[in-house]
Amino acid sequence: MTEALELLLNTSLWAAVLRIATPLIFGVLGALLCERAGVLNLGIEGIMTMGAMVGWLTVYLGGDLWMGLAVAATAGAVMGLLHATLTVPLGLSQHVSGLGITLFASALAYYLYRLIVTVGETPPTITPFQPLDIPGLSDIPGIGPVLFGQTAPTYLALLAVGVMAYVLTRTPLGLAIRMTGENPHAVEAQGLNPIRIRIGAVMAGSALMGLGGAFLTTAAFNSFFPEMVQGRGWICIALVVFASWRPGKALIGALLFAFFDAYQLRLQTVVEGVPYQLFLMAPYVLSIVALVLVARRAEVPEALMTPYRRGER
Amino acid sequence: MRLERRETVPLALVAGAPLAAVFAALALAAGLILAAGVNPLTAYGEMLRGALGSRLSVTEMLTRATPLILTGLAAAVAFRARLWNIGGEGQFFIGALVTAWIGHSLNLPGPIGVAVLMVCGMVAGALLLAGPAFLRLRFGVDEVVTTLLLNFIVILFVGLMIEGPLRDPLAFGWPQSVPVDGDYRLPDLIARTRLHIGLLFAIAAAGIVWLVLSRTVFGVETRAAGLNARAAAFAGISLPRTIMGVALLSGALAGLAGSVEVMGVTGGVTTTMSPGFGYAGIVVAMLAALHPAGVVAAAIFVATVFVGADAMSRATGVPSFIADVIVALSLLTMLVALLFTTYRIRR
Repeated sequence: MTEALELLLNTSLWAAVLRIATPLIFGVLGALLCERAGVLNLGIEGIMTMGAMVGWLTVYLGGDLWMGLAVAATAGAVMGLLHATLTVPLGLSQHVSGLGITLFASALAYYLYRLIVTVGETPPTITPFQPLDIPGLSDIPGIGPVLFGQTAPTYLALLAVGVMAYVLTRTPLGLAIRMTGENPHAVEAQGLNPIRIRIGAVMAGSALMGLGGAFLTTAAFNSFFPEMVQGRGWICIALVVFASWRPGKALIGALLFAFFDAYQLRLQTVVEGVPYQLFLMAPYVLSIVALVLVARRAEVPEALMTPYRRGER
Repeated sequence: MRLERRETVPLALVAGAPLAAVFAALALAAGLILAAGVNPLTAYGEMLRGALGSRLSVTEMLTRATPLILTGLAAAVAFRARLWNIGGEGQFFIGALVTAWIGHSLNLPGPIGVAVLMVCGMVAGALLLAGPAFLRLRFGVDEVVTTLLLNFIVILFVGLMIEGPLRDPLAFGWPQSVPVDGDYRLPDLIARTRLHIGLLFAIAAAGIVWLVLSRTVFGVETRAAGLNARAAAFAGISLPRTIMGVALLSGALAGLAGSVEVMGVTGGVTTTMSPGFGYAGIVVAMLAALHPAGVVAAAIFVATVFVGADAMSRATGVPSFIADVIVALSLLTMLVALLFTTYRIRR
């Protein structure tokens, strides 16, 4: 028992929390942006897989790490455009289209990967983002290595939370996006085009999802392998509800989740006689519990999942 | 340009939509096959030969289609009522696990034992979906995420069981459950192939589901709930009861798929026994436009692509992941095709 508590004092645990949270922060912000504009994007799991693959591939083929991130974001935006085309102007079921995108994007990512790397070969590696170790700050005992020894994309994710919160609450663009998720007819009455706003939000949100995936291959690991996203996308969908569609709460949710994930991994080493699968199950069970706890007072965007057709009410 | 709802849907359009969707998906995937440096026609030829070219390959394909028919029915039933059951994979595994578990020590005459085990698999699957359905009805929790997360939980649980209490001591350390008793193995449909009578059960299930959906009050209520929940409630249909009924039926079908796969093919449970039958079932249901009869045809198409892709990959070197790409593309193209069966474009 004391051993389990001692784990909490270990700085490597808290550094891992921030690292594990990074792809979730990108993913949950992306999903949040889509949903704030009124579009559920269940393509996230596939888009993250695609981002992980093309981010890695770009670097493997000689691009630098930032270019890897840029390509991953672009690939995410393209997948977002596909989802948006099917669900916004065509008004098809957001559930089914999103699932289709997930199946398609992951299958395409695996297929393209296999074109380059043949079966049986050990996965080729790249040199990933290194911890920045900001001089002076990262030497502070305790918080130094946790807050100031992360890789660049982690800081980018934290920055994105601030930017997203600012844009959504303080800018006319953010107001337009939020109104499109609440009442697209009112947006139309203001002389804006809700269809364009929705397509733009889904593309931008999907780009963030692509970044979340790319973090896995360019910073957390140094290679790509199938199933590497491991349900993180679905966790993000749950986290959006948990965060009641607010960027700040999304950050807290991602950190909480990452804490449990990092902690269960370390608990496995000190708690004996408990099957390791129970620890692995914990994050998924926790997501469901979190959903149940917040579902009743969730402030769902009014027009989420309602296709907008001009002149139709 | 705008979309206008059709007054009547021509029958040719209903039948033609899936064909057009599949053709479009194959045409799009052809680009990817070209990227692998292979002639798409050669590749598709090998794919067809691999799945339908010999007696053995046809029976392999039908063996693969069997669980797909059942998971496809599970998705179709749920989606009709707008219950987004994405948990077919988990329900498949729980049905398989319970069947192997009970089937190992059951002491009943063969056919009765088989029937009992199928019911057990169905109950397990139904209960697994009843949870998310309850959470949606009682607390408003979106079932998409809960059913999906349950897939991960169930597969981990299967891993826990086959490494622990259900471990097969005769499997030389291979992570595999104890096998079902030999009396409960489903007999072969064609001798010296893997094709078992489970195929007939699956086709019968499609018939029964069709009867239930088209000839019973429950079927009408399901449709009403899916088309317009508010109007259905106004008409006096109990939405919670209908949704729960749909959940039990859908979960039972996916659980049955796992049960039949264990008794017919694998004998025991492994965490790798499903190449995504639950997820592929969603595509099968969409390709069938959620119609039970169409599910059988769509399952055969998807099984042909999956079984044929392995042979094609060996013959041409095109990665077999192309099968997943084709299946996923078919889902997307079918979505668009369905749009044109219900709407027409007006300038």
